[in-house]
Amino acid sequence: MKRDYLLFLLFATVVLVAPAAFKGGYLLNVLVFMGINTMLAVALNLLLGFAGQISLGHASFFGLGAYLSGILSTTYGFNPWLTMVIAAVAVGILAFGLGFPILKLKGHYLAMATLGFGIIVYIVFNETVALTGGPSGLSGIPNLKMGSLTFDGDLKNYYLIWCFALVTMLLAINLAHSRIGRALRAIHDSEVASRVMGVNARLLKVQVFALSAIISAVAGSLYAHTMSFISPASFGFNFSVELVTMVIIGGLGSIFGSFLGAALLTILPELLRVVQDYDIVVYGLLLIVMTMYMPKGLAGGIASLARRLRPAKKGVVDAQG
Amino acid sequence: MDLLQQLTQYAFSGLSTGAIYALIGLGFAIIYNATGIINFAQGEFVMLGGVLTHFFLIVLKLPAGVAMGGAVIATTVIGALFERLTIRPLKRPTPLSLVIITIGGSIFIRGVAMLVWGKDTQSLPPFSGEEPITLAGATVMPQHLWIFGITLLVIAANKFFFYYTIRGKAMRACSFNRTAASLVGIDVRKMVLLSFVISSAMGAMAGIIIAPLTMTAYDVGVMLGLKGFCAAIIGGMSSGFGTVLGGLLLGLLESLGAGLISSGYKDAIAFIILLLILFIRPQGLFSKAQTERV
Repeated sequence: MKRDYLLFLLFATVVLVAPAAFKGGYLLNVLVFMGINTMLAVALNLLLGFAGQISLGHASFFGLGAYLSGILSTTYGFNPWLTMVIAAVAVGILAFGLGFPILKLKGHYLAMATLGFGIIVYIVFNETVALTGGPSGLSGIPNLKMGSLTFDGDLKNYYLIWCFALVTMLLAINLAHSRIGRALRAIHDSEVASRVMGVNARLLKVQVFALSAIISAVAGSLYAHTMSFISPASFGFNFSVELVTMVIIGGLGSIFGSFLGAALLTILPELLRVVQDYDIVVYGLLLIVMTMYMPKGLAGGIASLARRLRPAKKGVVDAQG
Repeated sequence: MDLLQQLTQYAFSGLSTGAIYALIGLGFAIIYNATGIINFAQGEFVMLGGVLTHFFLIVLKLPAGVAMGGAVIATTVIGALFERLTIRPLKRPTPLSLVIITIGGSIFIRGVAMLVWGKDTQSLPPFSGEEPITLAGATVMPQHLWIFGITLLVIAANKFFFYYTIRGKAMRACSFNRTAASLVGIDVRKMVLLSFVISSAMGAMAGIIIAPLTMTAYDVGVMLGLKGFCAAIIGGMSSGFGTVLGGLLLGLLESLGAGLISSGYKDAIAFIILLLILFIRPQGLFSKAQTERV
């Protein structure tokens, strides 16, 4: 447990000083995306890795956050910070209400139901042209402001996004080590057994679903206000799958793993830009190969590698997180 | 055109797309019943059917029959390979890992198809002419009749296979109880492979017969696969008439909804129905509920 917090401190320090190493705006821009993806991957990991409930529609919560915040601030002139809160609350209520019927489903059925929800939301983004601008998107979304400071440059955005991402990670680490985190893992292993032990599995699952959706909505709002432009294409089924890929590749139930997964999937398309169009094939292969040969993801792989490197130290309990 | 005529028109086109959904849905149900897997790559088999036929027929200039047969065989080989290379080696399959692997497979197949055949939408010539036929006041393309005919044939063949042949009966035994089936000497693993073979062949056929109406491209599999899954869910994952009815109902509702309400929301209709059924009657419209055994 202590190890996680130490690791977090180290990680936070690296994040805060990292921009010094990158002078160019392009790399910094990639790191901004990496921060948003980290938030999303951690949020989904709470649901997928801890509670063991799959969602193939998480891009829709990201999108709802982005559009709610974007429309309210652009069309109706609300303060962007206020719209971020409104978006988070609205998406939280929606996810909470949706959570009860949808999380009654299990396995494949849950996967399909969340997928269906995601596609419905995607279609609504495309069809309500008067509100969202339809397929051509919504532009001119105002930047976030703090006093006289406007978050418009890459460096400012970097710190803004990563503050949120670090808070999200800390929150998730805390949650993992709390009573709730243990109850969630019990649900993951056997829902019936956890019920017998007095865990209100149904409510807990819905709460985690809502929390995960809220974090995704905040990430969406941040995305809208830093990019100033959003279009439905960023919130479709493919992105939902990409999010699941991040979590799986990073390692189910590992917060730092989610960062690794998000980092890999943010950098990979940039690297594969040279061999355009091959990225989709690589994603597919990665998903299959990782699930087959490294079910605990990068985080699990690194952990077992570390254990193999120091075999003398006995009695180390395998602590995930 | 008066309203009644319009409705008949919607009904015809709805039922023919519904027949396609039924075929795809049956593919889902067959694999699910033999293995407990929802094969998210099912839609890609449909895509392969259409795209491969186009490749054989237009690019390689093979005769139509050979092209279609070749497409079905090639898709079936891919389906079998998919099972052998990704599903069978899994040591401890969980629903989650199976969802991920079949999604990975579908992305991979789609990606390779895009790289090999490009991103363009391709059209296939209809099987027999483009002269519309007037039927009960509505105009019907000959291709619609082909779709009905072939779907009926496939369903009949399916029924015959599962109820009157020893292999089909063995597959049904597997779906009832895998352990018991293996105890009486049924090779369960062979049945799993067989289920992938049958559904990829059926998927390919669905892809071939719908391609002349809707065109084909590397990415048509996603939507068609999902609609097929909706059909199977409405039918309660039965590999028989439940799914066929589910497909027809879905096609009909979609076509009426698109015609009378809004065509932009056509795709949303299927998913709203899917969610409603999953929320209210997850066991499907036509079957009884089962309890989960731990």
